[in-house]
Amino acid sequence: MRLELTVNRDPYRREVAPDASLLTVLRDDLGLTGTKWGCMTGDCGACTVLVDGEPVVSCLQLAQQVQGGEVTTVEGLGRDGELGDIQAAFVRNGAAQCGFCTPGMIVAAEALLRHNAAAGEAEIREGLAGNLCRCTGYNKIVDAVLEVGRARSAAT
Amino acid sequence: MSGLLVGAILRSPHPHARIRSIDISAAEQLPGVHAVVHAGNVEQRPFGYNHDNLPLKGDKVRFIGDELAAVAAIDEETARQALELIRVDYELLPAVFDPFEALDESSPPIHDELPDLEGNVAMRWDFDHGDVAAAEAEAAVIVEGTYSSPQAAPAAIETHVVIAAFDPDGHLTVWSPVHMVFMYRKELADCLGLDWQQITIIQPPVGGSFGGKIDIDPHDFITVMLARKARRPVRLVLSREDEFIGTRTRQPIHFKLRTGADAEGKLLFRDAEIVSDNGAYNGWGSHAMLVAMNTITSMYRVPASRVRCAVTYTNKNYGGSVRGFGNPQATFAVEQQMEELADALGMDPMDVRLRNANQPADVTPQGMEITSCGLTECLQIVREQSGWDERRGKLRERHRGLGAAAYIHVGGGARIYGSDGCGAMVKVDDSGQITLISGSSELGQGSETALAMIVAEEMHVPLEAVHVINSNTDVKPWDVGVHASRTTFVAGNAARMAAADARDQLLETAAELLEAPVDRLRIVDGTVGVVDDPERRMDYARLVRRRLLREQGSVVMATAFYDPPTEMQKEYRGNISAAYGFGAHVAEVEVDPDTGMVRLLNLWTAHDVGRAINPMLCEGQIEGGAAMGIGLALSEELVIFDGRIAAPNLHDYGLPTALDVPRIVVNLVETIDPRGPFGAKGIGEGGIIPPAAAIANAIADATGIRPREYPMRPWKVKGWIDTQERSIVVRNDA
Repeated sequence: MRLELTVNRDPYRREVAPDASLLTVLRDDLGLTGTKWGCMTGDCGACTVLVDGEPVVSCLQLAQQVQGGEVTTVEGLGRDGELGDIQAAFVRNGAAQCGFCTPGMIVAAEALLRHNAAAGEAEIREGLAGNLCRCTGYNKIVDAVLEVGRARSAAT
Repeated sequence: MSGLLVGAILRSPHPHARIRSIDISAAEQLPGVHAVVHAGNVEQRPFGYNHDNLPLKGDKVRFIGDELAAVAAIDEETARQALELIRVDYELLPAVFDPFEALDESSPPIHDELPDLEGNVAMRWDFDHGDVAAAEAEAAVIVEGTYSSPQAAPAAIETHVVIAAFDPDGHLTVWSPVHMVFMYRKELADCLGLDWQQITIIQPPVGGSFGGKIDIDPHDFITVMLARKARRPVRLVLSREDEFIGTRTRQPIHFKLRTGADAEGKLLFRDAEIVSDNGAYNGWGSHAMLVAMNTITSMYRVPASRVRCAVTYTNKNYGGSVRGFGNPQATFAVEQQMEELADALGMDPMDVRLRNANQPADVTPQGMEITSCGLTECLQIVREQSGWDERRGKLRERHRGLGAAAYIHVGGGARIYGSDGCGAMVKVDDSGQITLISGSSELGQGSETALAMIVAEEMHVPLEAVHVINSNTDVKPWDVGVHASRTTFVAGNAARMAAADARDQLLETAAELLEAPVDRLRIVDGTVGVVDDPERRMDYARLVRRRLLREQGSVVMATAFYDPPTEMQKEYRGNISAAYGFGAHVAEVEVDPDTGMVRLLNLWTAHDVGRAINPMLCEGQIEGGAAMGIGLALSEELVIFDGRIAAPNLHDYGLPTALDVPRIVVNLVETIDPRGPFGAKGIGEGGIIPPAAAIANAIADATGIRPREYPMRPWKVKGWIDTQERSIVVRNDA
């Protein structure tokens, strides 16, 4: 079937299988391998992307369900080769170790902060509970998101 | 990669069965299938510890998940269809799931091909030190109990992925997340009859391992077999389900432990009977007993000890080398008894710990020579920060409690092979760029950063000037591999030695060109200058060019190999590590008496890291390790019914989320180890070791009951509350 969608502000048209997941299309057809494959059951959150601004686990989303939609992956969060604010905060805070959960975590954090930049620690933990990290123990991730939230709140 | 095929593995659905026949003809004929392999059509030799395993099983399968056959096809769908076309005729055999049943001579033999096994006991590890009987007669207090752990998984978020490709001349390249990479290459060659000179292993960035990707697994051999047969490159990706079912786990270990002390709380003896439920094959998981034994004999000063270990075969997924390697399990037993003993004596458990704490220059009963040791300071820090003296034993009305646990773990390598060494090369090129080529690889723990910092420090350059290459066996020098918290210590010392040599080469050239003796030269930010003469200076780039671009010129290139000054243990005695790491945790919990639900409120930690080369990375190792320890303590378990993992997915497995890990207070205690690079010791595993024991002790403080196994899920805690499970004090003359 023919799929049309916008990914990171670029329009794409591809012929894809009707049962292809959004994750497979992003990684295998569009070469956007920042979005990670961790379980295909929606448990780990490593494949989190934004579809029309809302976070989804792209492994459980059929590509055809997002026909005509606007997708943002981790590659779309930086600008002109510069890291986005959450990405930079992750680096500063040591919030990534192996880095495999990091793209999904950052996209989930972006969704969270767009809804509520003033989110407190409890809200951040709740908001990131669908993204598993095996390396960090989460505290440095929470610190990074809190830091960005404070900066964004102060800027508005 | 052009022509890349998809690999897929057929696994046994039965825990124990003889293979009568296997028919691959229909699978072979399916269009799009390029190779089908099984024991009958490949060259393979036994591998693994004791050579008790084969990549593709020919006679028997021994657990649900055992590899039988594999296919390489043009896509996943075709590969899946091909697996369904393979016909296997099984004769089902009685299975053994209980390690205590496996001890029995009459239990159904899992490895009938191995002679001289009693029952299903794969190996025994026994150790005696001092006179336990005399110590027991003398003891004022003796506590006794059983302590058990479940099968758990490393559960890295990235599953195993292997790519194998032969070039037309027969040279094999394997892309693998393995960390014991040089041994991996040799095992591939030995098992498959390949020339190991014609094998290159490339280690791409790894999405976490925690020991799960440490050494070779059947699927590694199988991917190569498929590529060999298909004459095409093959990529094999384990699904999350196969990751749980078909890769190595943390083995359940069952302890029956007795500890005795005198009336002042001085430890007199430990007596342990240990049964490891290591699953269908030995693997390196059988050696987790080594570490468990170290903890029984050497955590605190223990004058007399008796350890009896049996490693059993059972028809379950087999144990590997998961972070902490037997130590969280052993510490769960040892550190609960420290508090049980103190309570029986009416003493404060922290006082009892401090009275018996290991000290610098101690030699433990197994011959472990302690250099630096910050155990006392670690205990004092968490005691103070947690408000231990004011709060322990006084929170029960609010269903809250405090519990502590400490650990000892290797922190300066672990000599379990002929060498515990690591090679390093440092080169400085004509741009002044410095490249460290290390034998040791990166798994996400940050070792590249730590090693680059060591080189930068030694060469007096900014961190950004140092590049690290560490992922190709054609390029990098030999290393045992990443394990046993050894990288910063062993690879760090090697990197430091090579960096010092490269720096000295530059100084030698500078002395010649600047016409000054070396002892009058100083290096600042990669520029060598003459003391008191600021005009006479030259940066590394220029020094290299001047040295290189002349007749009989030479490059700046230094090599080093660091093998720690340690010894192979004989009869479990010998200094296995050049340094030992220590630490202490205090946990605060709240227990709901009606449901048994345990909430971890606080975790205070203090770790003797020698020197924190990079404090943020040290904290990351400790927090991440502690989070895994919290998972072990409260939620993680591969629930197995009749040999079948009930729910092989991340959700049911109980991996902690951001909601399950509280704020963790981390204190880095710097004891500046005399042998560590700039004083550093290993910290990769320390964090995971104490939490289960500390949380168990906190539950005991909150409720009065004594936890016997982890994970301490609500229904188990509620069960202990209902049955009033208590500490067993077999003698109390104090």
